[in-house]
Amino acid sequence: MATPVKDRRATNDPLWLRVLLVGISVAFIGVLLVLPLVAVFVEALRGGLASYFANITHPAALRAIRLTLLAAVIAVPLNLLFGVMASWAIAKFEFRGKSLLITLVDLPFAVSPVISGLIYVLLFGMQGLFGKTLAAWDLEIIFAVPGVVLATVFVTFPFVARELIPLMQEQGDEEEQAALSLGASGLQTFWRVTIPNIKWGLLYGVILCNARAMGEFGAVSVVAGHRGRTNTIPLHVELLYNEFNAPAAFAVASILALLGLVTLAAKTFLEWKVQSQLREPLEPATAEA
Amino acid sequence: MRLVLKQHSVLPGFGLTLGYTLLYLSLIVLIPLGALFARSAAMPVADFWRTVTEPRVLAAYRLTFGASLVGATINAVFGFIVAWSLVRYRFPGRKLLDSLVDLPFALPTAVSGIALTAIFAQTGWLGQYLEPLGIKAAFSQLGVTIALTFIGLPFVVRTLQPALEELNAEIEEAAASLGASRWQTFWRVILPTVSPALLTGFALAFARALGEYGSVVFISGNMPLKTEIASLMIIMKLDQYKYAEATAIAAVMLVASFAILLAINALQWWIGRGRLKGI
Repeated sequence: MATPVKDRRATNDPLWLRVLLVGISVAFIGVLLVLPLVAVFVEALRGGLASYFANITHPAALRAIRLTLLAAVIAVPLNLLFGVMASWAIAKFEFRGKSLLITLVDLPFAVSPVISGLIYVLLFGMQGLFGKTLAAWDLEIIFAVPGVVLATVFVTFPFVARELIPLMQEQGDEEEQAALSLGASGLQTFWRVTIPNIKWGLLYGVILCNARAMGEFGAVSVVAGHRGRTNTIPLHVELLYNEFNAPAAFAVASILALLGLVTLAAKTFLEWKVQSQLREPLEPATAEA
Repeated sequence: MRLVLKQHSVLPGFGLTLGYTLLYLSLIVLIPLGALFARSAAMPVADFWRTVTEPRVLAAYRLTFGASLVGATINAVFGFIVAWSLVRYRFPGRKLLDSLVDLPFALPTAVSGIALTAIFAQTGWLGQYLEPLGIKAAFSQLGVTIALTFIGLPFVVRTLQPALEELNAEIEEAAASLGASRWQTFWRVILPTVSPALLTGFALAFARALGEYGSVVFISGNMPLKTEIASLMIIMKLDQYKYAEATAIAAVMLVASFAILLAINALQWWIGRGRLKGI
């Protein structure tokens, strides 16, 4: 437990060291992290506002935006449903193999983006396991929209679950038990007791899930191929960049950078909300270490 | 119900939620991943070996592991300084700096990739000053390292922060009262206490760097034998419809990252035991 100590002369660093270390931190983060972000917007606006808007409203850019939104609209709700289901089973019940299950839920984070795409090519690609069957039925998954959606679902798989599992474990099930003993049905208990308790954590998971869904590059690049037919926003950025159309590439990239900034702001706000929600229902006497 | 031994609970929905979880997990993750291993296991050993020891593939492995290691090491050093500053000091803009650490998580990798390239290219904001010094930052192995450092920083900072916050001031005070200098206290007391967290952050940054693709492919320049990374080799084999070879290259990378994940879990378990013994 961290106890705030007001006077710690023995543990305080001298002023010169504090200034030096803060200076190094600011310089390192400034050069390595902030400068690239600034560069995106500067390069995007280099040709003026008119050409910037022309670049992001180009039909091909709009097509890419539409596909990205479609992939996110499918992947996020699917993983949200999974996250709620998995965290209910894992946090509210004790069963054998639970820690293995938690590890397996996190598994997609350990798989690199390109390999995440590869596994679906191996299943549904032309020489894949189901390739012949799909061809016979005239179904396309790889190099088509379903492949993009599948890869997006895979890379964003753990986000909601890994946020909710520790949150619900910490909150316990006493409130749900109380609701049930007062005659509420299972679903009523879930909607009226559990959901209000986890809403900020849920939103946090959804926002991170959405950011990754819209920004994923490697996995989607593998399943979409290089034909330009199934371009998401990140793939469209690559295409423009490789065609030496840097201003357009950065203009389209600025949409994603903006999304990243919004995500960052929301993340900071929600982290604070989740922390205060965790502290609220737990009285010191009932809090388990 | 012999496989899943559940303790009695009054809450409903166990069967439904666990069943759904297992079904969805199998369909999306386990079966596709299993297919990859089945596919590489079905490959004759000689073919597998020939693929993963191809000079171009070997060079890619060497660069990927080497640059990831260097990037993770740089992050261990600077990540420690950043985490220490954020936890220990109060200065204007601290909250903002804290939020900015997550930038590599929030920024899509393709965006970071082209932005880093723009900055470090010969005519770029920083590249133009490095060029006269004879430093070729973009389209070189250095560029790959820069990109892998960029994406790894949050892992080190975010694992170190809670460990530094938990650090007991009394131990430091005790060391100081026993006559240790601040420097001695750091090396003998602080660093050993937080080293499991530092190691975990390092391993996470390293594992992430091994599989990174988007932020690297633009700045690397992708020159055969020189600046190609392992992820790119997988994509190239796929583009040539050499599925088996792509799978072999991927299997090696996957085993490496699973091994690191296992090591991290063991480390966490070890930290957990340390905590129980009463730090």
